[in-house]
Amino acid sequence: MAAEPVKRITDIGPPNFEKFLHPVIKKNYGLWKYHDNLAPGVLCHVAESGDKIFTVRAASPRLLSTTTIRQFADLAEKYCGGYLRFTSRNNVEFLLDNQANIEPLKKELLALGFPVGGTNNAISNIVHTQGWVHCHSSATDASGIVKSVMDALCDRFTHEDLPAKLRIALACCLNMCGAVHCSDIAILGVHRKPPKIKHDILPKVCEVPTLIASCPTGAIRPATVDGKQSVEVVEEQCMFCANCYTVCPAMPLNDPENDGISIWVGGKVSNARSAPKFSKLAIPFIPNEPPRWPGVVDAVVNIVEVYAKNAKKFERMGEWIERIGWPKFFELTGIPFTKYHIDDFRLAGTTYARSTHIRF
Amino acid sequence: MADEKVQTKLLDELEKGPWPSFVKEIKKARKVSPVCDDLLGQLELSYEEKVGHWKHGGIVGVMGYGGGVIGRYSDLPEKFPNVAHFHTMRINQPSGWFYTSNALRTLCDIWDRHGSGLTNMHGSTGDIVFLGTKTDELEPCFKELTEAGFDLGGSGSCMRTPSACVGKARCEWACYDTMKMCNDITHQYQDELHRPPFPYKFKFKFSGCPNDCVASIARADLSVIGTWKDDIQQNDAEVAAYAAKGLDVQDDVCGRCPTKCMKWDGKKLTINNRECVRCMHCINAMPKALAPGKERGATLLIGAKAPIVQGALLSSVLVPFVPADELMDTIKELISRVWDFWDEYGKNRERVGELIQRVGMGNFLDAIGLDPVPEMITAPRDNPYIYFKDEA
Ligand code: HEM
Ligand code: HEM
Ligand code: SF4
Ligand code: SF4
Ligand code: SF4
Ligand code: SF4
Repeated sequence: MAAEPVKRITDIGPPNFEKFLHPVIKKNYGLWKYHDNLAPGVLCHVAESGDKIFTVRAASPRLLSTTTIRQFADLAEKYCGGYLRFTSRNNVEFLLDNQANIEPLKKELLALGFPVGGTNNAISNIVHTQGWVHCHSSATDASGIVKSVMDALCDRFTHEDLPAKLRIALACCLNMCGAVHCSDIAILGVHRKPPKIKHDILPKVCEVPTLIASCPTGAIRPATVDGKQSVEVVEEQCMFCANCYTVCPAMPLNDPENDGISIWVGGKVSNARSAPKFSKLAIPFIPNEPPRWPGVVDAVVNIVEVYAKNAKKFERMGEWIERIGWPKFFELTGIPFTKYHIDDFRLAGTTYARSTHIRF
Repeated sequence: MADEKVQTKLLDELEKGPWPSFVKEIKKARKVSPVCDDLLGQLELSYEEKVGHWKHGGIVGVMGYGGGVIGRYSDLPEKFPNVAHFHTMRINQPSGWFYTSNALRTLCDIWDRHGSGLTNMHGSTGDIVFLGTKTDELEPCFKELTEAGFDLGGSGSCMRTPSACVGKARCEWACYDTMKMCNDITHQYQDELHRPPFPYKFKFKFSGCPNDCVASIARADLSVIGTWKDDIQQNDAEVAAYAAKGLDVQDDVCGRCPTKCMKWDGKKLTINNRECVRCMHCINAMPKALAPGKERGATLLIGAKAPIVQGALLSSVLVPFVPADELMDTIKELISRVWDFWDEYGKNRERVGELIQRVGMGNFLDAIGLDPVPEMITAPRDNPYIYFKDEA
């Protein structure tokens, strides 16, 4: 070919954020003095110079059509010179220098169906994953449960009346794409049956040694099935983690009747007051109930309401539970305590009660 | 009518209620691309059968890159031919997720031309996620993206797309410039991001203060969390104003301080700053009255991960304090030593935190040339099984 090869652009990295900053933010970068919470979903940051930037935070379903993104762009142009950002929890934030624009913007957002809130002691948006919309690994859906749970908790997003922040996260399998293991309430998809080995395709699509090495409990052993090289799973040793499926497509765990959801509570990320901590098991299993997941919705709402009624000001879920003790948590929430709540994986003993400190 | 093409009786239930609906979003995108009809059809079937219908991903991507695209295929390609291929592209977000409306429109235009018109704003690691396209569209879409100044993010055993809190752009508590650090590190390690060189994934997350708004301590192999060394900045008049407005300074501020290092006599707040652990509680409670000190920097922590493979870990302290102006050089120097060690000794699919657990923190520190300090632990060991070494 005679034509000059066109130079292919690669390795340019993300665009520099500076060109996307509101002029007030650019001018006062690193020079902020304090902030005020004007209303749920509305923040005002004040700079040393006296300049102010107002933030209006609205919910989004994370899965957004380009049509909706363009609507956000329209609103940003109409009210804030085109400047907006998204948060680590899938909210959209409009950045305004004119306080008078706050109310009209809020009105338009509400009319389009995007509630304003999620700041301070409100429940923010749910961090979540792909589920049946896009992932092969899911033990449950993601977006549908998030939608159902947040429909029930929408008032807690638009009001800041909880004792402290409350963060909910959802992951549709144990891979946990998202920080669900450190959330006040975590909703986690779980399998309950071992992989159903597809012996016919296994030798073609998987490397047997890699597959065997992938199992954290050593449950997978080489085996010959119908004269062909394959594997078998020692079922008593399987804890349904799906590591094997991640490395080998011939090991699916999906099972409509046995897959479902577990609920975990009391984790936190922030260092405020107490150290960050993992979420702990509250409910080992709730079946998948599409399209509205009533079992999960009721369970989450119950935990939120019991927490809201009993925790002291500034106490996160986990801090409240540590104060009252786990027996009281199970009593107040009415959640049954089972043998599944007692750890039996590696180093299990670290969560056993090793003192006589018992509340009666 | 296009709208009647697929029946979505179950999914329609998810259009009801006050929270924004992802089903409405997929229906909106039908105007952009007919693939959305098949996506709805397949999803409706998943709702009926309570099981997903995606196959294990295949390896697809753009030329010269080893990541950034997640291959996805339907397991019912005859029934839903438009989602037979439905790959996602991860696009590296600008630091702090700031955009102008023009930048968003550019991204939308590109995606309407090459994909489903569906996105995630954003994926849980931080990337913009373009949700659903065919193999043939990857290269042309990538070309338009790079011409518009955007590049792909990471996937596979690479440095994953780093992310940062808003930091100095809009938060008075930022103890270093998180967004610039995130941007600079991302640019510094483009090769490690695009061409997976490691035993497994490696994540950086940058939070400006111990509130850790990007959850770095839970999710990042290297967590960089802002903090300060000197005294909390205090404005007594504003403290008094909070008290006058009804804040219970004794119970809600002093009483919740983890080290009980604050005293309130009804008029004056006294902080014993040498006992403060920089938890942020009092500052969060009185943002106008208190602020982090002026000698600012960050704590470096290492090793967080979700449960897969050997169990979840939180990051633990590696360097207690690095002054803000030395942060970039320190991170670059340290990370090259960490990556070398992990490269050599890490097993396939072993995150750095799991490697440290396997070889022991002591050996890891030796290998990267750091001295042990008591800030790294909550308590010294309580078992006597010590691997003594011959000391020269
Ligand atoms: C100037 C003040 C602050 C700013 C600008 C700020 C900014 C943010 C933003 C934008 C998010 C994502 C929020 C969302 O989408 O809902 C976030 C999340 C978060 N913030 Fe803040 N925040 C501030 C104060 C605080 C305070 C006072 C705390 C703790 C007491 C805190 C702890 C957190 C935590 C734990 C998250 C969630 C991280 C996660 O789990 O993903 N932040 N922050
Ligand atoms: C060993 C553990 C993990 C495996 C095997 C895994 C696997 C996957 C797979 C297969 C997908 C594709 C979903 C799709 O089809 O779109 C995915 C998406 C994703 N994963 Fe993971 N994942 C793991 C852990 C994590 C963790 C711990 C995080 C973040 C903290 C994470 C962040 C993401 C993100 C950001 C996406 C893109 C879509 C989204 O945000 O939902 N992954 N992961
Ligand atoms: S959590 Fe599991 S099922 Fe959900 S997106 Fe991640 S890998 Fe897929
Ligand atoms: S699901 Fe987990 S425990 Fe069970 S065989 Fe597979 S890798 Fe092993
Ligand atoms: S982590 Fe700290 S500095 Fe960063 S946005 Fe959150 S509160 Fe502000
Ligand atoms: S930052 Fe935390 S530890 Fe330090 S004085 Fe305030 S409440 Fe106490």
